[in-house]
Amino acid sequence: MSPRAQAGLWFAQRMSAVVLAFAVVVHLATMIYAVRSGLSAAEILDRTRGNLPWFLFYAGFVVAIAVHLPIGLRNVIAETLGWRGRLLEACTAALAAGLLAWGLRAAWAVYAPGGA
Amino acid sequence: MAGDAGSVLKVSVWRSSGPGGVAAGDGRFETFEVPRQPSQTVLDVVTHIQRHCDPTLGYRFACRVGVCGSCAMVVNGEARWTCRTHVDKVAEGGRLEVAPLRNLPVIRDLATDMSAFFDKWARARGQFSGTRSRQEPFAVVEPQSEERRQVDLGIECIGCGVCYSSCDVVEWKPDYLGPAAMNRAWTLVNDVRDTARRERLAAVAGDAGCHACHTHMSCTERCPKHLPLTSAIAGLKRETTRALLRGEL
Repeated sequence: MSPRAQAGLWFAQRMSAVVLAFAVVVHLATMIYAVRSGLSAAEILDRTRGNLPWFLFYAGFVVAIAVHLPIGLRNVIAETLGWRGRLLEACTAALAAGLLAWGLRAAWAVYAPGGA
Repeated sequence: MAGDAGSVLKVSVWRSSGPGGVAAGDGRFETFEVPRQPSQTVLDVVTHIQRHCDPTLGYRFACRVGVCGSCAMVVNGEARWTCRTHVDKVAEGGRLEVAPLRNLPVIRDLATDMSAFFDKWARARGQFSGTRSRQEPFAVVEPQSEERRQVDLGIECIGCGVCYSSCDVVEWKPDYLGPAAMNRAWTLVNDVRDTARRERLAAVAGDAGCHACHTHMSCTERCPKHLPLTSAIAGLKRETTRALLRGEL
């Protein structure tokens, strides 16, 4: 991977961290509110189904995770295990694709009017 | 323990097992007893051992006054200039442990091979590239300009290797350029006369360059000249990112 691409990954990880700093706080506050208010799963789904702002928020959250985590994991593996190169990049890219697919599926499941 | 005359210091000194070119981990500590003296430096202690206990001890020094940067070693776990480190400040319970700098191959005992360290200065494009010849007038660099101030912050590096020895990232990634090489690059990025900015930013970008820095700040904490090395690396991160977004990287 070229230094330019490596610098691009670094920048993408920092930008996704900015999104995560906001999204994690909102997500935690929402969970605490839901638990303390005694909302049932059905009541939560009643609020999220068809709610486009919540879907866009969680879709953005998922994209930020799918960008941030594999880049960081790639660095951690390279530094602690000394494993580098194309196979590592392919594995972390596959992890990114998996996180994106599973995360978007989950976000869609709580948004889709009839369920996923 | 104060530097009482008459008391004795127990000093563990790293001895490499082979005559030269051995790996850093290949050796053992050997203990010597050295008489305490007032205002004694760690370099005084090492010199005493070589002159009075074991003349085969290998170590490196030149100026003895903190100018040349050649006597850096790891003293009680921290890389330091031995010539400017008083025994009183570091000897705990009258004991000293002296080892060669980390992250560099050992030539013999306490002397390391600095080749990789300085090769990385060259890899980081640490050479000035100008356009004027000696027949032309001097370039004017405004002393109060932001660029010149940034250069002032980092220009006093004497290449002792203390930051390189203290850097965790160098240990994890042997190809990482290290703080000193990138500090040199940062002074040149801020040199308004220099013409190789683009190539230099490309040289310091990526996993072996500024983007690998974890901002642990060990380099800044240990630098005997108190240079803001982590800030210099952060500056390179900013400038490489700007270059990346402009399509110049």
